[in-house]
Amino acid sequence: MKYVDEFRNHALARSLLAEIRRTVTRPWVIMEICGGQTHSIVKYGLDQLLPPEIELAHGPGCPVCVTSLELIDRAHAIARRPDVIFCSFGDMLRVPGSAGDLFHIKALGGDVRVAYSPLDCLKLARANPDKRVVFFAIGFETTAPANAMSVWQARALGIENYSALVSHVTVPPAMVAILESPTNRVQAFLGAGHVCAVMGWEEYEPLAARYRVPIVVTGFEPVDLLEGILAAVRQLESGRYEVENRYARAVRREGNLEAKRMVFRVFEPCDRAWRGIGVIPGSGYRLREEFAAFDAARMFDVGAIVSQEPAECISGLVLQGARRPLDCPAFGVRCTPETPLGATMVSGEGACAAYYNYGRRLSP
Amino acid sequence: MCLAVPGKLTELYDAGGIAMARVDFGGVTREACLAYLPEAAVGDYVLVHAGFAITMVDQAEALQTLEDLRQLGELAGEEDSGPA
Amino acid sequence: MNDFTLSCPLPITDRKTIVLGHGSGGKLSAQLIRQMFLPAFDNPLLNRLDDQAVLAVGGARIAFTTDSYVVTPLFFPGGDIGKLAVHGTINDLAMCGAQPLALSAAFILEEGFAMQELRLVVDSMAEAARAAGVPIATGDTKVVPRGAADRMFITTSGVGLVPEGVNISAANARPGDQILLSGTIADHGMAVMSKRENMEFEGALESDTAALHRLVADMIAAGEIHALRDPTRGGLGATLVEIAGTARIGVEAESAAIPVNEPVRAACELLGFDPLFVANEGKLVAFVAPESAARVLAAMRANPLGRQAALIGQAVEAHAGLVLLRTEIGGSRVLDLPFGEQLPRIC
Repeated sequence: MKYVDEFRNHALARSLLAEIRRTVTRPWVIMEICGGQTHSIVKYGLDQLLPPEIELAHGPGCPVCVTSLELIDRAHAIARRPDVIFCSFGDMLRVPGSAGDLFHIKALGGDVRVAYSPLDCLKLARANPDKRVVFFAIGFETTAPANAMSVWQARALGIENYSALVSHVTVPPAMVAILESPTNRVQAFLGAGHVCAVMGWEEYEPLAARYRVPIVVTGFEPVDLLEGILAAVRQLESGRYEVENRYARAVRREGNLEAKRMVFRVFEPCDRAWRGIGVIPGSGYRLREEFAAFDAARMFDVGAIVSQEPAECISGLVLQGARRPLDCPAFGVRCTPETPLGATMVSGEGACAAYYNYGRRLSP
Repeated sequence: MCLAVPGKLTELYDAGGIAMARVDFGGVTREACLAYLPEAAVGDYVLVHAGFAITMVDQAEALQTLEDLRQLGELAGEEDSGPA
Repeated sequence: MNDFTLSCPLPITDRKTIVLGHGSGGKLSAQLIRQMFLPAFDNPLLNRLDDQAVLAVGGARIAFTTDSYVVTPLFFPGGDIGKLAVHGTINDLAMCGAQPLALSAAFILEEGFAMQELRLVVDSMAEAARAAGVPIATGDTKVVPRGAADRMFITTSGVGLVPEGVNISAANARPGDQILLSGTIADHGMAVMSKRENMEFEGALESDTAALHRLVADMIAAGEIHALRDPTRGGLGATLVEIAGTARIGVEAESAAIPVNEPVRAACELLGFDPLFVANEGKLVAFVAPESAARVLAAMRANPLGRQAALIGQAVEAHAGLVLLRTEIGGSRVLDLPFGEQLPRIC
């Protein structure tokens, strides 16, 4: 596959690893923001190939991990309704709410469907005028243009039975929350490449300057990740702290202006609760008032949502890189991918699931 | 959060008032919304996420990056084997 | 800054209902078998957890197996539910080295199902059975009210004869064994997925459904086979994990050695699927004595169903029960049973 295979090349990866080894002189903690990057690190076994001085902290860039319990419970309540066809990206189907997951609701008769794109859900709404189609519009800024377009089109085409349950989260406020935390250990960031493809990297420049952290815009293939790590290490070793673009084939400083225009036509920033972390001001998007008729949170009265919050899990601290999964007393004992206590173990790219995967290899 | 796959535009068309395209991902094709890349043309490479083309793949940049990385390997001389 | 409230969901351990994941061949399926069926039926034959039971009858050994087919859509590129039903059960027999003798076919039909579609499926089964040389010797038909079944379900059972001297079972895999794969993976699963509602991608995707008994016979004639399995639901990855667990051996596999067709790879990338955990319906994995491996591989490649056969790894003594995959860039990762079905993701 063009522009994929070349960035999985063994020889290029080895060169980068060698250069990283030559460059690093002391320990550094680097956080990759995006869950897709974590996924790739686990998939290719990058973590063990890096020199021991480099610790990769897996960040909160996983909508599965950070969508608030309250919102998941709301989604489930809507999905249970007999007049609703509830559509979601596959990622969210297995995330447990206070009582079960979307599969469980499907088993009890809810019409729950996997969607590849929100545009498909518009088609579904048109084909099923007697039902209300609700799309679980989660994601970071990368997915906002798609979700925005679906609402825009719904209004333009008069598809009144379509609505979106919005749970967008944005990266820069999350990074600030991590950097502001008194227990922060992260010294450099690998920026989320596809978030930046949409948003550009201008908004990271003040962060790099204020907090003195290198922010390297990085892609997702193993060669991309190693390139990003090398750039971060070079900056760290030389005391620099700049925003650097190491995903040049996909990211430009201003991002995608058309996409940004639509995102801000449909959404506006708002406060957002991050599961395991709490409310981060200005860290989410919500639908603008004029799109109220397409806002599932407003269109469905599902009564009071009471979310149960047992507190053994330290997902929140893990998501910020303040603790490692191995620090958690429940890790691998009461909390495993089969019996997850927190979202970071449910998600295939959650930090805890990732550690579980290669942690098992280390013990005989 | 960002599974986006590069593919080549093989056909541009309009559907329901928005710009759409047929994208070839290397043997498999699917439709994608092209509304966010108004300048894209047949033959261009784009990154597709959730059924939307969100950015162009700058092919010159891609080749430059690969060339730079190849040179990194050459300058370094013999590749060390390192821990497997 | 903020109060960081820690919040966690309740664990899903005590499920009150069956969910789709219980049928996808991953962890949930394994859990259901372990917790529901094994303790209830408990017998030495079942407890081996092979895909077939081998019964000693007089001086002979009879292999016995069953499988149900509930695939949607009924017709997909390269095959249909009928072909799957015939090939799948023949393959379960073949995986213990048995020569298939006969099949049974039980149909559960939904009221309102089109006769013409039933005719197409039945003709396809007849053709598959004839081509394989295995008769459908007995059967059953039930009709259920509209809505009680998804058009048609087929259950096929099969009996076969295990030749003398043949001892093939997952438990017989041992350290040192070479692991051979008969061809490209993920063809079937992605062909079916391409026809699912909302997915709709196009490409040269075709199910690989095939009867493997003649390939197996060629392999047995060529060398010493310890274990065989066809990686259906759960894919190659799940199969390696299961064999490693049953035989208490370690497995080391090489990602670069595992063949995947280009369009299949592209389809997997698009949906975020790992080809290792996508279903196959015409492939097998063999654990072969090292001295025999080269001859067996040659025999596979000489057979039309094994042209792209490859050596993909070996069984080792270390890390018993764990499967390690060496990645394209020389790293390694542990393969584990997927929880349920793979789902198209954006993350």
